[in-house]
Amino acid sequence: MSALSLRGVGKVFNPGSDQEVRAVHGVDLAVERGEFISVIGPSGCGKSTLLRLIGDLTPPSAGTVSVNGKTPSRARLDRDYGMVFQSATLLEWRRVQANVELPLEIMGMDAAERSRQAAAMLELVQLDRFANHYPWQLSGGMQQRVAIARALAFNPSILLMDEPFGALDEMTRERMQSELLRIRAETGTTVVFVTHSIPEAVFLSTRVVIMSPRPGTITEVVDIDLPEPRSDATRQDQRFFDLLTGVREGLRAVEDP
Amino acid sequence: MRAVRSRNAMSPNARRLVSFLGILAFLVAVWEGYKWMGTATGGVWPGTGIALPVRTNERSMPHTWDVVFALLRPARRGGDMLLLVLLRAALFTWRSALIGFLLGSAVGFGLGVLFVRSALAERGLMPHVVASQTVPILAIAPILVVWAGRLNVTRWLVVAVVSAYLAFFPVAINTLRGLRSPDATASELMRSYAAAPNQVLWKLQVPAALPYLFPALKIAATASVIGAIVGELPASMPDGLGRAILNFAAAFSAAPEKLFASILVASLVGIGFVGIVVLAERTLIPPSRRLEDLSEPQVRGVGA
Repeated sequence: MSALSLRGVGKVFNPGSDQEVRAVHGVDLAVERGEFISVIGPSGCGKSTLLRLIGDLTPPSAGTVSVNGKTPSRARLDRDYGMVFQSATLLEWRRVQANVELPLEIMGMDAAERSRQAAAMLELVQLDRFANHYPWQLSGGMQQRVAIARALAFNPSILLMDEPFGALDEMTRERMQSELLRIRAETGTTVVFVTHSIPEAVFLSTRVVIMSPRPGTITEVVDIDLPEPRSDATRQDQRFFDLLTGVREGLRAVEDP
Repeated sequence: MRAVRSRNAMSPNARRLVSFLGILAFLVAVWEGYKWMGTATGGVWPGTGIALPVRTNERSMPHTWDVVFALLRPARRGGDMLLLVLLRAALFTWRSALIGFLLGSAVGFGLGVLFVRSALAERGLMPHVVASQTVPILAIAPILVVWAGRLNVTRWLVVAVVSAYLAFFPVAINTLRGLRSPDATASELMRSYAAAPNQVLWKLQVPAALPYLFPALKIAATASVIGAIVGELPASMPDGLGRAILNFAAAFSAAPEKLFASILVASLVGIGFVGIVVLAERTLIPPSRRLEDLSEPQVRGVGA
């Protein structure tokens, strides 16, 4: 059973009206457990919509989405998803520790276990020294690490990330990418990652999914056979450059067909 | 981060006090200056024959210090000091206002929660809520007094209900705004945690609404005092500020300083009440989350 399987998935907004938008069309994709899939494509190609369809934030208009053999809605209720958005969306009135505890509180976990689990997650993202800070006291990169710790707090089987590093400067961004790979190596979580950065997609992924503009559909899937574990040295690797070129050409092909 | 100290090294509170006293002194100076000018020119603008809009004699505009002195003299010959009489009345009125404030705030908060939960309730009820504030409180108060009279409700409680009628509105509007303030992504996160509606309300929406609630509570505090004073009139409460103001208004031409003195005390009740809300806000809301009352467009309850 694959971690995630999409068959003929489509999404039409405002069907039948003159504001009808065919955002996603005929997407087929199977993701195995432990894979890191990046979805890349031009702006407005429906890659965020695809992520929202997987995460049960919006229902598909066509096709089926199956997560660990379940419907997305069942998977969401089973708390299979951890979500990270471009903005960290931390609750400003809660300290860092309490922010990470939020999903655990909602699950009804008792206070002692909750606090232990959140502390472990903060250690994982190396922010244990900042547990008692408020979000506004942290930099953008640190806030995003808290958001990742929060998303991983209840051990979700799939991590859905929508341009999580999009608002960060280039140096912070590369550091966060290495950080994310280290975290994933420790947790083994399946990740679906939306981005518009080619180097980011290539550096992080086991496969890169290229989408065409509206209606968004998958035009190419590039296997990323970079050696593991990846490090800053990987970014200098000739194979890395070759793959960048491959993905770039794939994207050019969809932009000017 | 630490705020940069200004050159004159005054604390923000001291600066606020100094500016308050400065403005007070300015207003007193304007009042007395106008009065002095009118007395000097015989009630016309200097160098013209145009009459001043307000007469400057002792019967229309007593000296500011006469108003203060009036507070320290007996209200009636051989009776208690006017200040004491007014403070007693103010305390009585404030009891109704406090109950009205609590009742109105609770109702307003409840309506905000109801509206954020149900679009149908908002569509159906909101026009009535807005309309309720366009009806003059002077018309509502006697109706409530007559109805409550049949039910044998204590009269000062009826006054509290009139006061709540003014207090609930700003709270309802701002609660709704505050409950809606979290980002869409925050709501989606809660959805991804499979949070129940009540968990979303108490863990996300209500904490997010608190900064919006306090400016509304300040308005509700002043509105509840006005509501209580107005409510006392048809309820013929003999002990409150409403009766005192009515009596001193009737005697205005004989002793205007007493009416001004009661206005002073009535506004002190409102200011004190708002002060309590401000203290609560400072205790509960960290500075980074406080909304600036004046930079935010606020919804005002329509007064009496």
